[in-house]
Amino acid sequence: MTDSSAQSTDPVVDMRGITVDFPGVRALSGVDFRLLPGEVHALMGENGAGKSTLIKALTGVHRPTWGEILLHGEPVEFAVPAQAQNAGISTVYQEVNLCPNLSVAENILLGREPRRLGAIDGRACRARAAGLLERIGLSIDPGSALDSHPIAVQQLVAIARALAVDARVLVLDEPTSSLDTDEVAELFRIMRVLREEGVAILFVSHFLEQVYEIADRMTVLRNGSLVGEYLPERTDRLELVSLMLGRELGTLEDVERRSEERKPGTAPVLTASGLGRAGAIAPFDLEIHAGEVVGLAGLLGSGRTEMARLLFGADRADTGTLSTDGRAVRPRGPRSMIARGVALCSEDRKAEGLIADLTVRDNLVLALQAARGWMRPVPRRMADALVDEYIEMLDIRPADPGAVMSTLSGGNQQKVLLARWLVTRPRLLILDEPTRGIDVGAKAQIQKVVADLAADGMAVLFISAELEEVVRVSDRVVVLRDRRKTAELDGDGITVDDVMSAIAAHDEQGTAVAS
Amino acid sequence: MIRHRLFWPIVALVALLALNTAVNPSFLEIRFQDGHLYGSVVDILRNGAPTLLIAVGMTLVIATRGIDLSVGAIAAIAGAIACTWIVSGGGALTGMLLALCVCVLLGLWNGFLVSVLGIQPIIATLVLMTAGRGGAMLITEGQIITVDDPLYSRIGAGFLVLPIAILISLGVLLAVAALTRGTALGMLVESVGTNPRASRLAGVRSRTIVWTVYVFSGLCAGLAGLMISSNVNAADANSAGLWIEMDAILAVVIGGTLLAGGRYSLSGTLVGALVIQSLTTTVYSIGVPPNAILVFKAVVVIAVCLLQSPRTSALLRPRRRAGTTDPRTPEVTAA
Repeated sequence: MTDSSAQSTDPVVDMRGITVDFPGVRALSGVDFRLLPGEVHALMGENGAGKSTLIKALTGVHRPTWGEILLHGEPVEFAVPAQAQNAGISTVYQEVNLCPNLSVAENILLGREPRRLGAIDGRACRARAAGLLERIGLSIDPGSALDSHPIAVQQLVAIARALAVDARVLVLDEPTSSLDTDEVAELFRIMRVLREEGVAILFVSHFLEQVYEIADRMTVLRNGSLVGEYLPERTDRLELVSLMLGRELGTLEDVERRSEERKPGTAPVLTASGLGRAGAIAPFDLEIHAGEVVGLAGLLGSGRTEMARLLFGADRADTGTLSTDGRAVRPRGPRSMIARGVALCSEDRKAEGLIADLTVRDNLVLALQAARGWMRPVPRRMADALVDEYIEMLDIRPADPGAVMSTLSGGNQQKVLLARWLVTRPRLLILDEPTRGIDVGAKAQIQKVVADLAADGMAVLFISAELEEVVRVSDRVVVLRDRRKTAELDGDGITVDDVMSAIAAHDEQGTAVAS
Repeated sequence: MIRHRLFWPIVALVALLALNTAVNPSFLEIRFQDGHLYGSVVDILRNGAPTLLIAVGMTLVIATRGIDLSVGAIAAIAGAIACTWIVSGGGALTGMLLALCVCVLLGLWNGFLVSVLGIQPIIATLVLMTAGRGGAMLITEGQIITVDDPLYSRIGAGFLVLPIAILISLGVLLAVAALTRGTALGMLVESVGTNPRASRLAGVRSRTIVWTVYVFSGLCAGLAGLMISSNVNAADANSAGLWIEMDAILAVVIGGTLLAGGRYSLSGTLVGALVIQSLTTTVYSIGVPPNAILVFKAVVVIAVCLLQSPRTSALLRPRRRAGTTDPRTPEVTAA
């Protein structure tokens, strides 16, 4: 609606022919990008398409090899991110980049604290932070430590921080990947307010629904090059996805649930009875059989990750028993469960997955190596064969086993972490948000891998905030609510609506029981 | 080549040797006499042996994100135990074994504090750094204990063509290199140092690994303490191994291993230890006034660290054009 008027105004940001080279790789080649005031502009593309690189070129993290950036029509050159910030370009990155041991208020105003007589004015600090938190509708104590809040809240704090400067350009790099539906709605409300105020918002998200909901314009990148600029109302989803992938869609649709064929009489791979941990998850029963994909659905904070950690032995259970193949086990840590063929791919890639300084090869064989013990190194030839196999199978880019892990894009790191467990040939694979923050192509790939693994007899526990995905890959869906297992949906033909009403239905029941 | 991480430390080493040669033209001379090698360079190797040995243990500790400040005190304890034992009539060999056993126990204590109780390494080892020297004083009853045992004095002062001390240190260095790089131990240590949480979830025995490196560091410190004490045929609880933890940490850092943990380089530590020891020798040979010695050392160390920093190396490299449109790529700008 505001489109025609926005069209006529001059762009706030005009990037022309941006080329960014990394040692040995051209991450971006000659990309044009413009951002108009008062618009939400979505930047679309697969993992490694160059979205993050383009953002980092704009925000002064990377210096373009060639190309120019015009801000309000004036050429600018940012040597460091602080210069971009001072010029009114604020950024919220995909991974929370805050100081966990500082308070919320300190994080929001870090480097811009109100001062009195040269010293930081703590009271004014908290008051200003409280005002900003209120503006984004977040009711938390500004004096509380940041790491006392879940990641989703930390993400919103990061947005409050971005608002603390008078930003004319707000860059949101996958801000929604760790938010639940309500929080996303809240974020969009804030984005609309800012858009009305004339702020230009650059928005990156892998959720197509969200992009169609909020974006006024889209720019698509592929393999470091510009594909084009599109209007959401004139580009349908299928078209957009094929623009991003550069091929006709098909893979997305052919991951259909297989009908389960469970042999009766065999012991479940994993049985939990009355397993629970105070403050994490209420005691629950769960059985997972070979060749079965069990989905774990529930809102953020409903105890999905906590359940997974108990089953993996990463946290110790207070109550209940756990058994694998019918034999009881008292896990004394992840090692005991790994030895029994259980693997967990954590949701927190950065803190609990990556060994950032080591190579793709080392990262990939780490779990296998740990299981073999340090005395028996994985022979180099075997490691290379494994790495090559999984690089090809999962399409990991760059296809270089010697690449340092931290240089890979998020989606490719995720694939390496998945491969880390696949090489150990687990009997039960627990995947906690394996597709968070990765693009549709890789998502479909991972879903397909899960289906294939289950067909080969592996048991999979699949956790995802995206109900469509859970329903698509799972044979059975376990529903969690408020750190409690509330329902188990079995059989063919489970739909997203079924799962949602299971969550909602219990809500009424739960409050009824509670009152 | 300038980008190799050992480039500047090696330049520093060569420069120090050149400076010494300029001051004293016979500096590089090595004589062969009675089956021994003699010369200033050999002296550097011999005197640097304890630092190198401790630095090898320190490298692994630092690779796991830790630090061991107690090595100097442990070295003093080792010398005190061995000398006291010998003076009271025990054999040199049993005395040394006893000392090393105690050092392993002290390493176990450090490792326990860090890996089991989760105390920050700098604090955990600070305990033994102060208490340990006090313990050594108790053992020697505050006296400097002199011994006269031919076997004992060979550890620090003996020769087998080269000084035995440096042979031991190099032997340990090579053994550690073979052990960590020949097996998966090195990779697991680096993995724990880079991301302890992720390593634990991948099934790595993080706790055992961290514990072990402190034990090993204690053992290295003990052996170094024996060298120091044997070299002077005495145990001086007050000054044996004093500040050697700083030299060892510097050697590791100059060698390119980051204090943040993760990737480590034993060859770097070797170069670092040689730089530190050459520096100490240079200070005396070029006649730096005694009250300026520490300042002189600090300046050299800072220079090497600065040259190694990524920002400086970026400045020293030919600058690339950035942020401007290059006319050679018309197809890019035309797009």
